[in-house]
Amino acid sequence: MRLYADNAKCSGCRACLVACSLHLFGENNPKKAALAIVPHFPAPGTFEVRVCTQCGRCAEVCPVGAIHQNDKGAYYIQPDECTLCMTCVDECPEGVIFSRPDVPYVWECDLCGECVDVCGPGALWIAE
Amino acid sequence: MLYGYAGQILRVDLTRGVITKEPTPERVMRNFLGARGLGAYLLWTEVPHGADPLGPQNKLFISPGPLSGTLFPGAGKMDFTTKSPLTGGYAGASMGGMLTAEIKYAGYDSIILEGISPRPVYLYIDDDTVELRDATPYWGMGSFALEKRLKDELGEEFQIATIGPAGENLVKYACINHDYGRQAGRGGVGTVMGVKKVKAIAVRGSKGIPIADMDEFTRVAKAAYRACKEADGYEAWTRYGTMMVTSWCDENGALPTRNFRSGSFEQGANIYAPVFREKIVVTDKGCFGCPTPCGKYAHSKKHNIYVEGPEYETNGMLGSDLALGDIEDIARANQLCDELGLDTISTGGCIAWAMECYEKGILNQEQTGGLDLRFGNAQAVFALIERIAHREGWLGNLLAEGVKQAAAQVGQGSEKWAIHVKGMEQSAYDTHSATSMLLAYMTADVGAHHNRAWAITYDLAVGRDKVVPEKAAKVIELQHIRPLMDTLGCCRLQWVELGMSLDFYAPAMTALTGVTYSWQDLLHISERIWNLTRMYWVREVAGFGRVWDAPPPRFVEEPAVGGVTDGKLTSPEAAQQMLDYYYQQRGWDANGIPTSETLQRLGLAELVRVMP
Repeated sequence: MRLYADNAKCSGCRACLVACSLHLFGENNPKKAALAIVPHFPAPGTFEVRVCTQCGRCAEVCPVGAIHQNDKGAYYIQPDECTLCMTCVDECPEGVIFSRPDVPYVWECDLCGECVDVCGPGALWIAE
Repeated sequence: MLYGYAGQILRVDLTRGVITKEPTPERVMRNFLGARGLGAYLLWTEVPHGADPLGPQNKLFISPGPLSGTLFPGAGKMDFTTKSPLTGGYAGASMGGMLTAEIKYAGYDSIILEGISPRPVYLYIDDDTVELRDATPYWGMGSFALEKRLKDELGEEFQIATIGPAGENLVKYACINHDYGRQAGRGGVGTVMGVKKVKAIAVRGSKGIPIADMDEFTRVAKAAYRACKEADGYEAWTRYGTMMVTSWCDENGALPTRNFRSGSFEQGANIYAPVFREKIVVTDKGCFGCPTPCGKYAHSKKHNIYVEGPEYETNGMLGSDLALGDIEDIARANQLCDELGLDTISTGGCIAWAMECYEKGILNQEQTGGLDLRFGNAQAVFALIERIAHREGWLGNLLAEGVKQAAAQVGQGSEKWAIHVKGMEQSAYDTHSATSMLLAYMTADVGAHHNRAWAITYDLAVGRDKVVPEKAAKVIELQHIRPLMDTLGCCRLQWVELGMSLDFYAPAMTALTGVTYSWQDLLHISERIWNLTRMYWVREVAGFGRVWDAPPPRFVEEPAVGGVTDGKLTSPEAAQQMLDYYYQQRGWDANGIPTSETLQRLGLAELVRVMP
């Protein structure tokens, strides 16, 4: 299972980021989401959605073994095991492991599906 | 704890270069909610009576609302309030995009720009770090060129609002641009930014929004999202956005054509939504938190330009009203206005008036600076837009003042086809034969703008020429609901276009703020704000009253030509009768002034007694 995104359907509204931050942190704050929208404006006028592909590279490179898989098969970072070494952040091929100065660990998508629920145009979905 | 709000107001004294932060006043937020309501309150209490809109005493209030930046559908709207340089009265302009959420995340419920900077500056906000930075190198730049440059310099996360050359040159209807295609368009809010020498605002915020009952708020918001996604008409609306309205207006004699002489356009089919979509749309573009994106980002190969739009109002005012029948030409005119920083609606209204003057021989080619200002001449329209923005030549400078001033100067009967109310050019609905919509334009609190009460579908439903009290009641109902959305900091189109239930709003506000609001409570506050903006006109404009609510003469003196409304008009008596119904139902006197009982009922008596 993984999260998929169709760039052509994304309208850049960022509801997904808010829903994600509410799930991960109980906070209404899109700066604390586990996916990213990159606008390309004024030309060519498109949105690029970056999502976790569950490739597992993060777990391979984590020097302290802080990255596990949940019951959906999603890789997640155990907050109290993370040492903020940033190895996984640097190694992630999609650039979707995130950090903020006020959070003592890094985080990634856990396949909760909240983003899919709020996406109006249906640009996000979860499948095998 | 003030839940639902960022908690601080940012005050920027441009004259002295001093920046201060003050706590958001809880009592004011309870009575006026935020965004439009906060702006109206601050305009009343902070801008002294008689202030010159272009002088140091005027202020620009830039405010998100309580729902802005939250997980509620359409939480991407904000308000700019000021004393209008175009009308001399109240101006409140709404803008979508990403800025409102970012201001809230940075920690502010309003940014107050006051005084006048001695040199060009831009306001830099990175959470708690706020600076006035030199903007001399940017002065003269186009809106989107500057947005791109600031994003390149500061980072993609920064949200940027800019003015173009029109704002710098104090064109009376200069707009504020953001997000490559979102504008606070009406009433000259960009002009006020220009005279204050604030070229841009750049904001980045990383804070969350405190929510009183997170679980309940999230439940309500997600249910509202679901309702939008499952609504009938979702597909058509998101495919075409507001452009959908073009064919409906054309068929119903409401599409302004050749300066509102006709309500249907013989080339209309060339500028309908499907043509637009298939020919030039590249991407659907939503404002913050919008499940139903109406924004359509377009690329015209013919002109080699990118532009968000045209949306319907621009299509009407720069398209049919100027008799431009090529969607790519309208897109080009739209893009020029955006880049130069001009409100497309007022620009279209001014050019249409000038074209009619030219057609009637009142303006000759010497006065137009050599432009062949025939209706339908796209090249002349492009050239004139540039001249207005730069106040170039006699005509460019004249039209930069707005259609009311331009007609007053030229005279020779041209006042009769200057299509405005209170000095604001009418937006894109022909009102020869739509008495609710005509009343909506006559009584809108900024001038002839549609967003306060889009009543034209009601006209069609109950009989377009009927003059009955129910129509005044409908206009009042809409004037409370729609501006309420501008007060909450969210978009109205989820309700208007997708039928999202109004029952979501009060529970969302209650869960967000921890204060129990009923829908009636919210409407009562909206009515309070409406009466305060009315009192602002009374306070600031000598002799303000009924005569300021007069309809544009064209709709009551000259019948429409062609289309289904051919030969129709509204009699002057009918328009006055509609006003009578309206004033009575509002609790205003026969001159359109709120009575002391009305002000008392709305909790405004004390506030309006003190006139700063």
